Amino acid sequence: MGNHESDPPQDKKTVPANLETRQMRGLSKRLRQPLSPEPSPAATSVPPVPEGQVAKTHLVSSPPPRPAPAAGDTREVNAKPQVSPEGLLPAGVQLQSRYKVLGIIGIGGMGAVYKAQDLRFPGVLRLCAVKEMINTATDPQVRQMVVRNFEREASILATLSHPAIPQVYDYFTEGSRCYLVEEFVTGKDLEARLAEVDGFFPENQVIDWAVQLCEVLSYLHNHKPRPIIFRDLKPSNIMLDDHDRIRLVDFGIAKLFQSGEKGTMIGTEGYSPPEQYRGIAEPRGDIYALGATIHHLLSKQDPRLEPPFSFHERPIHRTNPTVSRELIEVIDKALEYDVNKRWGSAEEFKRALGARTPVKAGGVQGETLTFDTNVVKPVWKFACEDEIRGSVTVAGDMVFVPSYDHNVYALDRESGKFKWKYPTEAGIASKPWVSEGMVVFGSIDKVVYAVDAKTGRLLWTMPTQGRVYSSPYGELGHIFIGSDDRQIYAIHQMSGRRAWTYTADGEIRSRPLVAESLILFACQMGMVYALSLNRELRWRFRARRGFLASPIMQNGLVFIGSLDTNFYAIDARSGWAAWKYRAGGGIVSTAAFWKDIVYFGSVDGYIYALDAGEGRVVWRYQTDNQITGAASVFGGNLYIGGVDGVLYCFDALSGAVRWRYQTDGPITGAPEIVEGIIYVGSADHYVYAFPT
Amino acid sequence: MAGLKAWLRDIFKKPAQQEQPDSAVANLFKKTEAASTEPVTPPSPPQPEEARRLWEASGIFAVGWATDVGQVREHNEDALFVVSGEHEASNAAPAFGLFMVADGMGGHQSGEAASSLSLRVASSQLLAQVYLPLISGTDHNANQPSLTDVVREAISLANRAVTRDLPGSGSTLTCGMILEGRLFIGHVGDSRAYLLRAGQPPKQLTKDHSLVSRLIEMGQLTEAEATTHPQRNVLYRAIGQGGALEIDVMTYALLPGDRLLLCSDGLWGFVEESEIWRIIQAAPTPQQACAQLVAAANAAGGNDNITVILAEIWRKA
Repeated sequence: MGNHESDPPQDKKTVPANLETRQMRGLSKRLRQPLSPEPSPAATSVPPVPEGQVAKTHLVSSPPPRPAPAAGDTREVNAKPQVSPEGLLPAGVQLQSRYKVLGIIGIGGMGAVYKAQDLRFPGVLRLCAVKEMINTATDPQVRQMVVRNFEREASILATLSHPAIPQVYDYFTEGSRCYLVEEFVTGKDLEARLAEVDGFFPENQVIDWAVQLCEVLSYLHNHKPRPIIFRDLKPSNIMLDDHDRIRLVDFGIAKLFQSGEKGTMIGTEGYSPPEQYRGIAEPRGDIYALGATIHHLLSKQDPRLEPPFSFHERPIHRTNPTVSRELIEVIDKALEYDVNKRWGSAEEFKRALGARTPVKAGGVQGETLTFDTNVVKPVWKFACEDEIRGSVTVAGDMVFVPSYDHNVYALDRESGKFKWKYPTEAGIASKPWVSEGMVVFGSIDKVVYAVDAKTGRLLWTMPTQGRVYSSPYGELGHIFIGSDDRQIYAIHQMSGRRAWTYTADGEIRSRPLVAESLILFACQMGMVYALSLNRELRWRFRARRGFLASPIMQNGLVFIGSLDTNFYAIDARSGWAAWKYRAGGGIVSTAAFWKDIVYFGSVDGYIYALDAGEGRVVWRYQTDNQITGAASVFGGNLYIGGVDGVLYCFDALSGAVRWRYQTDGPITGAPEIVEGIIYVGSADHYVYAFPT
Repeated sequence: MAGLKAWLRDIFKKPAQQEQPDSAVANLFKKTEAASTEPVTPPSPPQPEEARRLWEASGIFAVGWATDVGQVREHNEDALFVVSGEHEASNAAPAFGLFMVADGMGGHQSGEAASSLSLRVASSQLLAQVYLPLISGTDHNANQPSLTDVVREAISLANRAVTRDLPGSGSTLTCGMILEGRLFIGHVGDSRAYLLRAGQPPKQLTKDHSLVSRLIEMGQLTEAEATTHPQRNVLYRAIGQGGALEIDVMTYALLPGDRLLLCSDGLWGFVEESEIWRIIQAAPTPQQACAQLVAAANAAGGNDNITVILAEIWRKA
């Protein structure tokens, strides 16, 4: 029904209250400024602006509140009229001495939809839906045209015969009002079903609905002489009858297709295809709206609450990981911005839906299986006598390897050949610092050592009162290192003389950092400290649990994860968290920064890539075990090891796995990358050198 | 020098007729006279060159602002808020700046009420949650919301207040909060924040939450088509829409010499960006730049209310 050039969005029965407001305000703007390429007569048929003129031309597109689950016929329950009741037919009124109004199903921009009883059938309650269009045109010629259009479309609708399309029984005009009498459909619409369902609809159920919708769209699109475009497909326009069969309701804006014709933008924001905003309605617009509807049904993300056309940014599996990849691909193609990239027809869409073989839950995680493990081969590997828990350091032509076998090993960088080793009294679980021809490291035997990088000869030792798990950091001629005696030590690098200490609240087990005139370190009691270079405390930041990760600093933000499961970005000047991100488990992994993204792993098994400016997830990847190793980025790739023994290589921007290498023990240290070679140790006792 | 300082203090007060004597925070609140024909601006600096030199020496920010009803509208539904807090001491609190622009919408004067309420709610929240703790020097901890969360919450409170008290109206809100060398942007709607940095093209920090900008992004509309599109004024996110409003919050590192420009669409919708940059570069002070930007928008028709705030960051502590 309705003039297909000019129907305003016909509010459906279930449209909630504040959406109603929005559309009224939208229409009020059209009233002031005819906006369609050809100003349409119905632009004058708009309800008046509530009060005075809307001076500002912005419109808030209010998100619809979730409709309350309703018992019985939701078309009635959800239909609390929000507009002024004047002009509405009260219950009891008879139209054509035949249709007795029982109540209001819904109110649209051009009139109401009533539930009515057909009195022609005495003794039974034969229900029908009576759609009303109030002709408010004042110009007699326009009035007549509106009526003629209405009659033409009513006639066309009356000839449609499809099980999913409600039958049209009758139409008539009374004064300035045109009426269309239709079959009354009982059941619930999909929007109401969405609101009721706990969890997600089963995939096969949604596919079944989608296939039925393709069939009815195919029927409409193949209508002769011209295709009919539904134009407003969405969950609230799809009823499910008692046999779970689809019925399309509200043909208010269905449009007979005329090639190249531009009409007024009509449809529902969120479901309508982009080209419809240019006034173009064609069959593949319905394909898009069906894709949007299926996306909503599967993901339970209401597109009216999301940025327009953002389906590709909100992949279904993000909220509903049980949906098969094959189905997602079929839906994604329906949702292409470019009409020519969508399914070409409803039949094609239906075939694609039928062809894909549903995969059971977890199918999405299958991605890594397509990557051959160990396609990358080590250039060399070297066996220590015990696990490597710390990280290797590369300097000059040497690789320095800390091992739990008490030694630091020096290997030739190119060949992996043994050069020398320095034995301490206990295991070494940190990362050596190398500068000025000197290798500095701490040992669990409580001592900090400095040995000559070339020969392995001892240069100095500096005893502490606790085990040293902390890695040293050198800056300004000093070595900064923490100890389980809760102190951070500043050691004069050349002499090994202790310059000063600062006592923290807990054991210091990670690496300190000197950056932007601050000395930063974190302790097991969950405190991050920022000291000025003259040891004055600038700020402290307390997390809920301890820190085993080391701080990194970039652009004035200190990035560090805590065992309290939060990853913090702390403003280096004020000590205030600029943002934090909560992972699913504690964070031991030291972060890496690249191109405004921070990377780290968590004991929840995920590797995270977060936007450094807002803490938003750019991508994340689930592994089979905890991630405690530090991340490294090189050449656009992210390298990180897992407790599952795998060294992972990702495309740093997209999170796609490039390759993986399985070692025989957990990787807990950081991969070090120098001149295109990755050096990493594993608890399987080996240090590996891989090509990037 | 003393006179200049006093004047600098003065410009951070709002026009006398808008005085809110009951609250120090409200005192900082600027709201425009609906019917004024002249742009509402702080007094002009007495000696631009000298002012600039002393400004440079005396603080971290130099701020200018202006708002104007334009040539067509009867009311100014825009609102702005400016606070600049500096602290000189041996262990000083970080310098603080809070700059906000809101562009109201809704008929029957509810647009100006919405923009006004949005800024009152958000600014009082941010000053209480950020600035006061900064001055008192509280320790920071994980139980405290992060600064991005504070910004998000402040805007979210404004959304709830407008939804509750002014149903049917709405507002954009773009907030720039500076903690010394760090900028936080909070944003909903189609007002904009730009960062101008020497040697780099100006960067728009905010994304317009409008239907047409989405369509442009997707290649479905050209910029030119967008200016006449029937739904060019439809925002998909705004203060007043209620529910779980999604708010964009980002943080950036600032460098000395950076300029932060906040403006309503009455500026960017009518004045070419290249012209905006030219005016800002050429003006001797941020205040003069703001006055000239408003004049340029009016010269281009002044079809909408015009609001600009320009903050220059002079040095890093």
